[in-house]
Amino acid sequence: MSDVQAQPLAAAASDVTGGQRGLTVALFLAFVALTLYITLRASRQTKTAADFYAGGRSFSPVQNGLAIGGDYMSAASFLGIAGIIALFGYDGFLYSIGFLVAWLVALLLVAELLRNSGRYTMADVVAFRMRQRPVRVAASVSTIVVSIFYLLAQMVGAGALVALLLGISADNDAAKALTIVVVGLLMIFYVTVGGMKGTTWVQIVKAVLLMTGTTLITILVLAWVGFSVNELLDRAAERSGKGEAFLEPGLRYATEASGLTGKLDLLSLGLALVLGTAGLPHILIRFYTVPTARDARRSVNWAIGIIGVFYLMTIALGFGAAAFVGSSAIAEQNPGGNTAAPQLARSVGDHFFGDTGGTVLLAVIAAVAFATILAVVAGLTLASSSSFAHDIYASVLKDGQAGEGQEVRVARVSAFVIGAVAIVLSIFAQNLNVAFLVALAFAVAASGNLPAILYSLFWSRFNTSGAVWSIYGGLVSAVTLVIFSPVVSGKETSLFKDTDFSWFPLDNPGIVSIPIGFLCGWLGTVLSKERDDVKYAELEVRSLTGHGAEGAASH
Amino acid sequence: MARSTTRGQAFGPQGRPPGSAEHYAALRDSPDFRELRARFRRFVFPMTAAFLAWYLLYVVCSAWARDFMGSKLVGVVNVAFVFGLLQFVSTFLIAWLYARHARSTLDPLADRVARDADARRTGRGEA
Repeated sequence: MSDVQAQPLAAAASDVTGGQRGLTVALFLAFVALTLYITLRASRQTKTAADFYAGGRSFSPVQNGLAIGGDYMSAASFLGIAGIIALFGYDGFLYSIGFLVAWLVALLLVAELLRNSGRYTMADVVAFRMRQRPVRVAASVSTIVVSIFYLLAQMVGAGALVALLLGISADNDAAKALTIVVVGLLMIFYVTVGGMKGTTWVQIVKAVLLMTGTTLITILVLAWVGFSVNELLDRAAERSGKGEAFLEPGLRYATEASGLTGKLDLLSLGLALVLGTAGLPHILIRFYTVPTARDARRSVNWAIGIIGVFYLMTIALGFGAAAFVGSSAIAEQNPGGNTAAPQLARSVGDHFFGDTGGTVLLAVIAAVAFATILAVVAGLTLASSSSFAHDIYASVLKDGQAGEGQEVRVARVSAFVIGAVAIVLSIFAQNLNVAFLVALAFAVAASGNLPAILYSLFWSRFNTSGAVWSIYGGLVSAVTLVIFSPVVSGKETSLFKDTDFSWFPLDNPGIVSIPIGFLCGWLGTVLSKERDDVKYAELEVRSLTGHGAEGAASH
Repeated sequence: MARSTTRGQAFGPQGRPPGSAEHYAALRDSPDFRELRARFRRFVFPMTAAFLAWYLLYVVCSAWARDFMGSKLVGVVNVAFVFGLLQFVSTFLIAWLYARHARSTLDPLADRVARDADARRTGRGEA
């Protein structure tokens, strides 16, 4: 999200009282206690590699659908989108719609075929008919890069956010660093101890909490305006201070001031969002956690329902916050708007249940936001450590000769190492504006991973060099373009304000890097003579029928 | 590429091992599988093109057609709001259509191919 916390916050929540902080902390601790218990229980059933990587492939479609929602709906989706809508009105829609429509790519082209042809990681499918080493290394590099970007954005955001929700001053670096360490240690624990089973249950609990909390606030908001959408929009436009423009696109993205560059940027962002989801490693591995490809289809359908309803509700939250809190009061609290949802919870609580109600609802939403962050970072840590252990350690370093127990041990150790690296990087970056890293993660997934996955599944001629070229081509072009974009240097809002080495005008590289990824995949393929029709026949039959696919583990 | 269309033939110990190249090639060339693949692709490729075009139209209108997006339909509800909600509706609709198509058409065909495959493996011909 381009707006999620990370920018130095305004004077922190001054109206957070002692009693309210106590309640928020108590709810945090309750969630932590529950998830630790779940993780310990899951660890007792985590024996094999299939348990650790894929939760024994034994989750039901509804459970996995919830877990996909829990994995996908980050704090950026919850607080970020509601905040953009509360401050800029209509433009927040662009994110939620891109994030949702993207699931059709996953449903129609990827989920079932991947479940049928792979075992544990994205690389299993891309390397199916290729020379294992170069392809697995490329897929693993891409997986780890995407996950680390995403992790950094989430953890730096978490530091700022938790400080804000607890009413700690935003300048208090020690408190933010402590939050980052706590979040990091928890995610390491979930993954190393509970593996995919523990992580999945954490995500299911989070999804249920998030949907419950959001539904409650949404119903109260709608009840306040007598369930009239027109009334809600009217009031929001009025209190926003922007009038009717608040209900039209263009206040935040592709503003008239930004001219053609801004419009192209918006298109570029839209492309990365819609094509990125089906290439995100932590989303892809969720398709392996169900017994059959048909269950993968059903879980994605559940996920589309859950995620779609959730994004519809965030629209109500955003306009509700504008209408009942007021855009200026939100911007005062946090210039990015991340406090819009918590502030709204306080207002509707006050309105319907008096002061105590406001305190309780605010604490509940704060705890839900905390749970949201934890479930997402755990999924990311699991995806990257699984990929390192399965693709680099077992396939490349050990040439497929590693024992299963050894491989799982390495996965646990790498979860610890990746988690530690993420903690250290996040502490260093805690006062930088790293929110752009989420959009970059989506751009890399769309430019490098998606072409490799689609070519693998649908193009008979595709080969090793095509796979390697498309992954590295998409990855390198997306990252390079962002390094030389206004995101990193040359503007007041850039990562480095004081220098200017930007020559690429767009904040979002997708419009250039996605075609480059697809082109590299094609070029790499046709420049190499390699072609394995025999293995492709097997992949085609397997992916469409499930003949020869991995079954569910039985305990 | 070995193309084998022999059916109902028992394979002894010297026959094709299960999972061999010929086994998959024969499956891939079987009429049932070809139909499954054709029906899968005939649904998902045009549908993907359609929803991507529909989504990009929305993004392009948000950037380049501000006046159109701002025109009011009912009260303060404008085209942009309705267009946005229609993206949600179309996503739910396409997911439901695909699920229905898969259940009624693709799954039975896939089951037939898988049964045929198992039969070939065990060497008893077609089930």
